Amino acid sequence: MSDVNQERRQFLTKGSALAAGIAIAPGMLLFDFAQARPAGEPASSAVRWGMLIDTTKCESGCDDCVTACRTENGWPEPKTATDVQWMRKVELKQVATGRHVNLPMMCQHCAEPPCVDVCPTGASFKRADGIVLVDKHRCIGCRYCMMACPYEARSFVHEPVLDHDSDMPRGQGTVESCTLCVNRVDRGEQPACVEACTKNGHRALVFGDLNDPNSEIYLRIRSVTSTQLRADLGLNPGISFVGL
Amino acid sequence: MNVLAKILLSLLLFATAGWAAAADQLVAVDGPLGPRLDIGKGGQCVEDPKFMRSNHMRLIIHQRDETVRKGIRGSKYSLTNCVDCHASKVNHSVLGSNQNFCQGCHTYAAVKIDCFECHSSKPREFRKASNLAVENLK
Amino acid sequence: MQHKTFAQIESRYFYALTALGALIAGAGMYAAYYIEEHGHVVTGMNNHIVWGLPHVFAIFMIVAASGVLNVASVGSVFGKHVYKARAPLAGLLSIALLAGGLTVLMLDLGRPDHVIVAATHYNPTSVFAWNVLLYSGLFATVALYLWTMMEKRMNPWSKPAGLLVFAWRIILTTGTGLIFAFLVARQAYASAVLPPMFIVLSFAWGLAVFLIVQSVMFSWNELELNPAIQKRLKNLLGIFIVGALYFVAAYHLTNLYFARQTAFEHFILLNGGIYPWLFWGGYVLLGSALPLLLIFHPALGKTRCVLAASALVILGAFALLYVFIIGGQAFPLEIFSGYEVISSSFGDGQIASYAPSLPEILLGGGGLGIAFLITTVGVRALNFLPHDDPKAVQQD
Repeated sequence: MSDVNQERRQFLTKGSALAAGIAIAPGMLLFDFAQARPAGEPASSAVRWGMLIDTTKCESGCDDCVTACRTENGWPEPKTATDVQWMRKVELKQVATGRHVNLPMMCQHCAEPPCVDVCPTGASFKRADGIVLVDKHRCIGCRYCMMACPYEARSFVHEPVLDHDSDMPRGQGTVESCTLCVNRVDRGEQPACVEACTKNGHRALVFGDLNDPNSEIYLRIRSVTSTQLRADLGLNPGISFVGL
Repeated sequence: MNVLAKILLSLLLFATAGWAAAADQLVAVDGPLGPRLDIGKGGQCVEDPKFMRSNHMRLIIHQRDETVRKGIRGSKYSLTNCVDCHASKVNHSVLGSNQNFCQGCHTYAAVKIDCFECHSSKPREFRKASNLAVENLK
Repeated sequence: MQHKTFAQIESRYFYALTALGALIAGAGMYAAYYIEEHGHVVTGMNNHIVWGLPHVFAIFMIVAASGVLNVASVGSVFGKHVYKARAPLAGLLSIALLAGGLTVLMLDLGRPDHVIVAATHYNPTSVFAWNVLLYSGLFATVALYLWTMMEKRMNPWSKPAGLLVFAWRIILTTGTGLIFAFLVARQAYASAVLPPMFIVLSFAWGLAVFLIVQSVMFSWNELELNPAIQKRLKNLLGIFIVGALYFVAAYHLTNLYFARQTAFEHFILLNGGIYPWLFWGGYVLLGSALPLLLIFHPALGKTRCVLAASALVILGAFALLYVFIIGGQAFPLEIFSGYEVISSSFGDGQIASYAPSLPEILLGGGGLGIAFLITTVGVRALNFLPHDDPKAVQQD
């Protein structure tokens, strides 16, 4: 682990300890995020990974999270409508007031994912800990999941992938999307986007276990109003937004 | 034309010579008529070579479902582990020619490999993006 | 002597037609190979318009495959001789169209080499997975039905087999409609009216295909279709066209009443560029109004008019499906309610653009080529020509 990682860990520990101290009875265990799952153990349904995006801290024109995602997962800079985008920056204007809002968009990791319901082969699936993934060994490239996704969060690989130079397997003719950096999470690290956002001092993204009452994300969602996108659909996304 | 042919020929010879020199040795697999492979690091594999030769696909397929769908990590039977050990020290890959570990044997056995349409054929330390990600952390 | 000459000419026609069908199908197969080799980047499809022209062709053929069975269903379910005589041809056309449509759908997949996974891993909540069973089931039930009709000893079973086919095709077209009806998030699709709409559309499109094939076969055999039968079939087509219009109108009207859908309806019906043109000009005018005129105008309604009306209905079908499938995806999803998108690298909030490419056109056409080939060889090899008994026509 590098120094930055240590620093971040300390920050998270201190920050959540403080929050825990304020919010709940003293004597609770300190929040400790960085815990790799032991080898041989499957993802647990006791955990539900999620992310809180604080749009008030997300800056216009900044795409540190997207760049970190591209570097981590090895997808090229998008230029045309056929290029994949696991994550994108969106700038919005509130129609009624003209207020500007910035946020990153990606797979919302729904509790009831429509992409999983429609997939004919079960390639699109939700892991026990709530992360929605594409099993490319089973994906036949029918794109029905892309039709079903309310967030247009999924991309189809329209061209041969020539340089497989990341840890994330990617291939032509299959559908892919944000994995919440599943292999990093399994190692006990944070998703690349969250790490980049925190490292560069924006701190707009908080990642953690939505089921853990001691986690920073749980405490934040408890204390501030947050919204889910297309909450009307009742899909219960794992990603929620502050200031939207 | 003639010059070009000469250049190409000499390049080819050079490459072949380089290969022979750099690869410690090519290992004959499946008797004298079988393929001669650059086995990379070599040494003791996760299982006995004979067992691996006929069962590696079962181990990998089982492990891939366990890892992708259940999130079970850290098994010694992983494709990345195969590649890390068996990539050639010449081109840092298990593919590229019929002397490379995976490609060589699969060509000999006439079995199509599907793995590397998505997975990297290079060992971890030779994947550019991963190294960039590591550098970004520093 | 003259008869022999005719047979020779006919044979030459047959081989020419077969070669033409094979050429079109072959071009489609090459296009599929080309798309697999280079990726879908060589098509007009992208991450917004994920289903394109191949799907327009495929869904037309699959819906029509169910619709051509109309004639057979009326014959078996209601015991009308006129229709019963046409049931074998309807069955053949159904198999041919279904084969063509499924081939296009399959070859458009990102990984057609993995298609076997659809059989080894089955997701029971997926409408696509249900359709895998429904499509193969239609092949099986129609084949059974053909057998009960064409094998004398099996004739007593043709009525129950016909009922089975009738039930199966209605469920199958419901399944096709449900592919879209279950897409909760998309303005164009999440609607319970879609399955019945597809069923009525299948009636019209299937009968149009059937009438064209039948008239070609009759003129090839230098036969004249009994005017009474002609009149009955053309009136049926007219009713189906009106029925289809009714459902399409109901679909758009319900959308217009939902405030959140009005922007989408404006796009599709008024200011969406090519889509309103195709809808009003292609589907409503050329594909519905004009055929109705050709069918019901007292001075018209003759063989040629019915043929033209059928061709126009098929043209209208393609226009409607293009608007429904591609126009439906081109309109942006409403992700951020109450907000307007200022900028997005992905084009959120923007109308997506789509221009079909040659490989897509060839692939879709290839499906039609396959259906044509199966039909041509089928009618040549076996006796699919409807044999009308003048007395029975009077009785029905």
